[in-house]
Amino acid sequence: MERTAVRGRLSWLLADVVELIPETPRVKSIRLRVPGWTGHLPGQHVDLRLTAEDGYQAQRSYSIANPPEGENVTITVELVDNGEVSSYVHEELRVGDRIELRGPIGGYFVWEPARGGPLQLVGGGSGLVPLMAMARSLGGAAVPARMLVSARTQEDLIYRQELSRLPTEIPDLRVDYTLTRSQPDGWKGYARRVDRAMLGETTFDSGQNPQIFVCGPTGFVESVATILRELGHPPERIRTERFGPTGG
Amino acid sequence: MIDDDRHLDGNAIGGLLQVLFGREMTHELGCCGNCGAVNPLGATVVYVDAPGSVIRCPACGSVLLVAVALPTGVRVSIESLRWIDLAEIGA
Ligand SMILES: Cc1cc2nc3c(=O)[nH]c(=O)nc-3n(C[C@H](O)[C@H](O)[C@H](O)COP(=O)(O)OP(=O)(O)OC[C@H]3O[C@@H](n4cnc5c(N)ncnc54)[C@H](O)[C@@H]3O)c2cc1C
Ligand SMILES: [Zn+2]
Repeated sequence: MERTAVRGRLSWLLADVVELIPETPRVKSIRLRVPGWTGHLPGQHVDLRLTAEDGYQAQRSYSIANPPEGENVTITVELVDNGEVSSYVHEELRVGDRIELRGPIGGYFVWEPARGGPLQLVGGGSGLVPLMAMARSLGGAAVPARMLVSARTQEDLIYRQELSRLPTEIPDLRVDYTLTRSQPDGWKGYARRVDRAMLGETTFDSGQNPQIFVCGPTGFVESVATILRELGHPPERIRTERFGPTGG
Repeated sequence: MIDDDRHLDGNAIGGLLQVLFGREMTHELGCCGNCGAVNPLGATVVYVDAPGSVIRCPACGSVLLVAVALPTGVRVSIESLRWIDLAEIGA
């Protein structure tokens, strides 16, 4: 299985911006077509590189949101206040533009149906992105899967409609939510930060030996991974991807 | 052990490692020369601060690798990384 993730040389590719999709007021998805793309695995990311006229370059990683589909690569970018690259993506990037990227990158934080389950996903804010690529690739795989999603408000919840639809299409998938800052009237999900009780109630227990993927702001990942270890999951079953300072 | 809100995982330097080794490296195992802990490189602790990245052992915090941007490219210093296993490759 690892073999598919083992690739040769990594070089910069030019990607065409095909579509810009607003997900929330602060998050946009960017559909790219990448000539020469060799395909990818759910969980992998790309490095995006911007070059200014004076030659100055800035490079950041963005997880791939779509399951493997030819030369199509979709990323989902949250606007970070004063963020060099995310504000460029949000404010300057247009359909028809070309941007530089390299990838696919990663072989540790990846999952594909052939790896089996149970599959446990825990995502905070834009940390949902690589987990969504995994969930979107579940299809008819008959892998028991659970996803715990944390966002500040309902408005901040990315992929909201698709997430509510997915479990009806994939009966083996269960999705639970927590909104940490404010909740709409009649909200049935959790209304606090992810804690031990919530993880105990919503995730596979250690006896079921799930493969666990946790992604989000560093503080979120830190606290979720610590609790999962306390709940008895072996460290090597808990794979993490930290996106950086808390904000999402 | 390492308690702050800005560090990343080894995944974040997957691109650099792939350039360095010519293949995907985050799922390969590396051993810390200080404490002997063995972890996938994707599970190391990474600080990305201009002008470079510092890769630390998740168990003891020792510096395993440092990558610094140069005007001409990048300089990678191997610090206390004792060994790396490359799966499916003969020596
Ligand atoms: C493997 C990996 C995958 C990632 N995937 C995604 C993804 O799918 N979608 C996505 O939106 N982001 C993702 N990120 C984060 C992304 O790489 C950038 O760090 C983020 O977009 C901020 O970059 P910037 O240039 O806009 O901000 P910068 O100019 O780097 O930072 C501006 C300010 O914001 C703070 N800051 C930096 N990063 C963050 C952050 N993540 N959250 C809040 N504040 C921050 C900085 O401390 C600084 O004060 C990923 C990171 C990694 C390591
Ligand atoms: Zn160590």
